Amino acid sequence: MKRFLRVFAAFALVCTAWTASADDLVARGHYLTLAGDCDSCHTARNGQSFAGGHVVPTPFGAVTAPNLTPDRETGLGGWTADDFYHAMHSGKGHDGTSLYPAFPFTSYTKVTRADTDAIFAYLKSLPPVKLAHTEPALRWPYSMRSLMGSWRLLYFDEGEYQPDPKQSASWNRGAYLVQGLGHCNECHAPRNTFGAMITDPFVAGGLVPVQNWYAPDLSMGPNGGLSGWTEADVVALLKTGRSRKGTAFGPMADVVIRSTQHLNDSDLAAMATYLKSLPERAPPRQHESAADAADLAKTGQKVYADQCAGCHAADGRGKGDAYPPLDGNSSVVEPTGINAIRIVLSGGFAPGTAGNPRPYSMPPFSQTLSDDDAAAVVTYIRQAWSNKAASVSPNDVRAYRSIPGG
Amino acid sequence: MRRLFRRLVISAAAFCAMQAMAAETSPVPDTLVQRIAACTSCHGEHGEGGSNGFNPRLAGKPAGYLHRQMQDFQRGLRHYPIMEYTVGPLTDDFMREIAEYFSAQDVPYALHDVPATSPAAMARGEQLATKGDSARAIPPCMACHGPNLTGVQPDIPGLVGLPYDYISAQLGSWRTNTRNTVAPDCMKTIVSRLSDADISAVSAWLAQRPVPENAHAEPEGSLTPPLRCGVLGGGT
Repeated sequence: MKRFLRVFAAFALVCTAWTASADDLVARGHYLTLAGDCDSCHTARNGQSFAGGHVVPTPFGAVTAPNLTPDRETGLGGWTADDFYHAMHSGKGHDGTSLYPAFPFTSYTKVTRADTDAIFAYLKSLPPVKLAHTEPALRWPYSMRSLMGSWRLLYFDEGEYQPDPKQSASWNRGAYLVQGLGHCNECHAPRNTFGAMITDPFVAGGLVPVQNWYAPDLSMGPNGGLSGWTEADVVALLKTGRSRKGTAFGPMADVVIRSTQHLNDSDLAAMATYLKSLPERAPPRQHESAADAADLAKTGQKVYADQCAGCHAADGRGKGDAYPPLDGNSSVVEPTGINAIRIVLSGGFAPGTAGNPRPYSMPPFSQTLSDDDAAAVVTYIRQAWSNKAASVSPNDVRAYRSIPGG
Repeated sequence: MRRLFRRLVISAAAFCAMQAMAAETSPVPDTLVQRIAACTSCHGEHGEGGSNGFNPRLAGKPAGYLHRQMQDFQRGLRHYPIMEYTVGPLTDDFMREIAEYFSAQDVPYALHDVPATSPAAMARGEQLATKGDSARAIPPCMACHGPNLTGVQPDIPGLVGLPYDYISAQLGSWRTNTRNTVAPDCMKTIVSRLSDADISAVSAWLAQRPVPENAHAEPEGSLTPPLRCGVLGGGT
């Protein structure tokens, strides 16, 4: 009897340990899905978590994100951990078809097997939801999936992240998160004609296709988009949505709300450590300004004094935690001028996060500023103080009048 | 004398410099109104509404209703690009706080122009608002929005003091699927039974109606709506 009890106790212990480690695995997987911002695409607006249905717009057509809940017919119910790793690592579906790179396997290939297993365990723990998959609506010839073979040969570099032994553990963790699950380069880099992201230079800034917001260069070195930022500023932005140097808006606001604010401090610090090590950039080419740019900027200075200086200050340094500086702000001086135009027209709140739950906001000026005045004030802030970016025209403003969120 | 003059000049200059510094560094007010400049620039500091027909008054509307509208914009149920964009990054608690702020404002109503409407159309509008049309199963507006059409706490908005353009645009938007809410959406059901002429008539009648002296919403539970509505907790 005693022996039986002892065996039973041992068995119970093993069971508890096993359940606890399974719980740990699921919890770790959940955290990793936050780092990967998976549910931004795999949850439809007002839809059930991870049940898919969100449409990702691409220049080649719409791709609907699939259902990742463990429903047997419409979700991952029939998938094994190997299948899932194959999708993340190699960009291949359950049945061996090549996945389209709207799913960023080009970055996720860096994720370790242990981490994809944890993510898979988490997804398997979700309540199954029946929601049939919608096939991508791509234009010909992109609708021919067979073309993905050549695309992969040209643009897909398969392989898990390899730590650099010369760098610290924190640097390696940061590089792993930024290059892999964080898939930062998918937005913060230009894409070529075939939609492949440019990886060299890495995270050097690019226009987000279709959404038309400019994701700035992330180098913190000389001439970098985040030049003058400290690692603490980067952590503050990722954790709260705002920093001494700038505020997240547009698609990045969504990334902060759904993903980065949930990461722990050591992971955020690691990402900042890695970004800090990015190489300095070449001095920007002096952009050509329109012939009437000086007149525009002069009008803009008056608009600025009347409408903007109250919050952003006459010297463009912003005010406290509430209103970001415009002098040296990467989103003001980014090459296209689109971000500043859209923010002037639409205003908006800084992201509401646990660290900044009651954000300040900027009024939309679309109803009060004409195309001419908006172009003037954007030209002024792009060329005032230490800023040296090209002018924008009233036509540029007109293009963004009717699409606030994009 | 010269020394005194110099001292005066120096202290005046120092005073001016301090004033200028104070202006530059005056802290940003830590108030809700300061935080919601994105709302008040169109809807007014007290939610009195914009001067055009499309930025509606928010003052005094029940908080549950205002909160629901922000949630619906955020979830993509109600469509209006600038509103969807603006409330997109907000937490639910902050939206509730904003709703309560505007709900608590008590400011005079503005008057709006009403387009020329025939007496017959005006009579039809009054009929729809006050008696409904039982032949087409259209309940009167008053059945839900209160005997004085001033709304009911905490979820039913008043229909007084609204411009014609705004009311007719909202009724139209239920039709074009740009205004939805949690099911069952009883306003959608009702609007599906209205003709184009009905929409113009009832909008005109509501817009021309003088605002009653007491325009506050009726207390919670004072009315039993004739339809089961998701927004009133009647969802499934």
